Amino acid sequence: MYGNDFTAPDGPRPAPSAGPGDAPPEPASFLAVLAEGGRVEPRDEMPEAYRRTLVRQIAQHAHSEIIGMQPEGNWISRAPSLRRKGILMAKVQDEAGHGLYLYAAAETLGVDRADLLDQLHDGRQKYSSIFNYPTLTWADMGAIGWLVDGAAIVNQVPLCRCSFGPYARAMVRVCKEESFHQRQGFEILHTLSHGTPAQKAMAQDAVDRYWWPSLMMFGPPDDDSPNSAKSMAWGIKRFSNDELRQRFIDMTVPQAEVLGLTLPDPDLRWNEERGHYDHGPIDFTELFEVIKGNGPCNKERMAHRVRAHEDGAWVRGAAAAYAAKHEQEHVA
Amino acid sequence: MSTPREPLWEVFVRSRRGLNHVHVGSLHAPDAEMALRNARDVYTRRQEGVSLWVVPAAAITASSPEERDAFFDPAADKIYRHPTFYDVPEGVEHL
Amino acid sequence: MSTPRPSSSPPLRSSDEQARRDPALTGSHVDYVLGLADDALVSAQRMGWWISRAPQLEEDLALANIGLDLLGQARSLLSHAGEIEGAGRDEDDLAYWRDERDFRNVKLVERPQEDFGVAMARLLVLSTWQSELYAALQRSTDPTLAAIAAKAAKEVAYHHDHARQWVLRLGDGTEESHARMQAALDAEWPWVEELFDESHLDPALVADGVAVAPSSLREPVLRRLEDVVRAATLAVPDVPPRVPGGRAGLHTEHLGRMLAEMQHLTRSHPGATW
Repeated sequence: MYGNDFTAPDGPRPAPSAGPGDAPPEPASFLAVLAEGGRVEPRDEMPEAYRRTLVRQIAQHAHSEIIGMQPEGNWISRAPSLRRKGILMAKVQDEAGHGLYLYAAAETLGVDRADLLDQLHDGRQKYSSIFNYPTLTWADMGAIGWLVDGAAIVNQVPLCRCSFGPYARAMVRVCKEESFHQRQGFEILHTLSHGTPAQKAMAQDAVDRYWWPSLMMFGPPDDDSPNSAKSMAWGIKRFSNDELRQRFIDMTVPQAEVLGLTLPDPDLRWNEERGHYDHGPIDFTELFEVIKGNGPCNKERMAHRVRAHEDGAWVRGAAAAYAAKHEQEHVA
Repeated sequence: MSTPREPLWEVFVRSRRGLNHVHVGSLHAPDAEMALRNARDVYTRRQEGVSLWVVPAAAITASSPEERDAFFDPAADKIYRHPTFYDVPEGVEHL
Repeated sequence: MSTPRPSSSPPLRSSDEQARRDPALTGSHVDYVLGLADDALVSAQRMGWWISRAPQLEEDLALANIGLDLLGQARSLLSHAGEIEGAGRDEDDLAYWRDERDFRNVKLVERPQEDFGVAMARLLVLSTWQSELYAALQRSTDPTLAAIAAKAAKEVAYHHDHARQWVLRLGDGTEESHARMQAALDAEWPWVEELFDESHLDPALVADGVAVAPSSLREPVLRRLEDVVRAATLAVPDVPPRVPGGRAGLHTEHLGRMLAEMQHLTRSHPGATW
């Protein structure tokens, strides 16, 4: 997901997480920083596997932000009021900004944004599965803000304390800016669910479609999440997939009641003993299919992104040529 | 389709009530003029600033982690540089 | 650019005063403000297309900022038009429930702009014209319009700078970009003349000091445009102007499609709030 790191069980495994046996020992200075809960900075010593894990995770997070512009961008032209149009444009714009901050954080690790984009475009790097679902009605803008951004925030807040300084700082900025995103989504749904019967039905339909995919954003269950232990030891990940998922559910159920909308899980009920909501089984085969490229919109999202990149090549080329021609003027 | 490498720029913003320009992040731009404009569009969308600097990332020389102790620890025992080091008799004002 | 200064005509202060005006003049006043509002609204709608499609991530942010500025101008101007009209229509009534024959924007802004060179050529034209217009409108005897113009003048100055930077780079970049930028200018230029067309403007509005005479902007706008074009090593297009008519609701076929998309959801749910 956003800042999460997993693949389908039968998909290609990320390279760096080789078995602990053959990894070189981690530098003492690195372990000392982790032990005191400090921040690892780009020029500090760090294990190569830590660096590669971060590059992959931050890049995937950045890719998710920029691919995430599309499902909502789909409704900018059709927003039902000028106020909503403005809010949506500002939100999609923020996502571009968040992608930009995250690419910059990845670049402190010695990679180039252009290479990361190439890896997105040719499928070597992934983005969050959630953006492969279509936005079919206006209410989806509400469901994405409330559920998808809500889930993203639950995941991203702990990343503000991640052990890698530039990533943590980028997340602080992202979380600060994102505080309005979830709220505007909730407001859209609240307005719809208190509107005409057709509007309320639209809101319920959007929540029905986005609930399970939102829960899957947290990744596979802990038992099936091989990379998590290492990420937690490195201070990249602070809580397990299931812990974060539970936190999101506990937060969201009472909000659904305020909205007057139901969540599409008949097994969802408060468990007094656990102090948490119980929920029904999540069909992770769907998640893995989407990750493997078989979601409803994978092909369209990639085609849109690649086309924008290719259509812009002449512009980037012109800007570089102009800069080279006029370099002397600036020095003078 | 080859992608030309755009230089990386570090962005510094002085906020309305801020005394100094503070580093806020980085961005890509083909040249300084565009870097400044991009900085405005990327980093001041929420009235974060009233003044911007952009600096080519390649032009920054940073202290290295290995130098940290030698660079910064020697300042630790110069407590006489701080006003709280000094005793001031009771009743003396404006000092 | 220029500071507001007292005008020779008395400002229209109260709604009483407006009510006492000739109703025909009020109608012209509404149409004038709607024209400027629709220019901004239609431009914002076209600009929104670019978000997620820009040549680089920084440009996605820049174009979204410009789109948001234009949308903000449209909202203020539409609300103001609704107030002058006095029929209880708000910004959304005017944006979503008028048909294409009631839109008053120039045709420059309504055609698709899915090529970056075209988008920048058009933004250059629009922002140059708007910056001259808003500078002058800050002295309008309509105080609300003057205030909207004062705010918008700063925004469009930035849009102009942005468009200018790109026209310079594309014109004086590579051989390909030079050719494409020239083609984009050639495509936009025939629509420039309509900005100065006065055939659908009530002369009394200019005499009253409410409106700026469009013809008065022709010389400064063209001069500034030509300066940028030449600096970008490009040629000022020598093309015949297209017929005007947008201000009278005579549009290209593109506007109807754009509005169908923009208005569809709202019109499917009459009376709903969002």
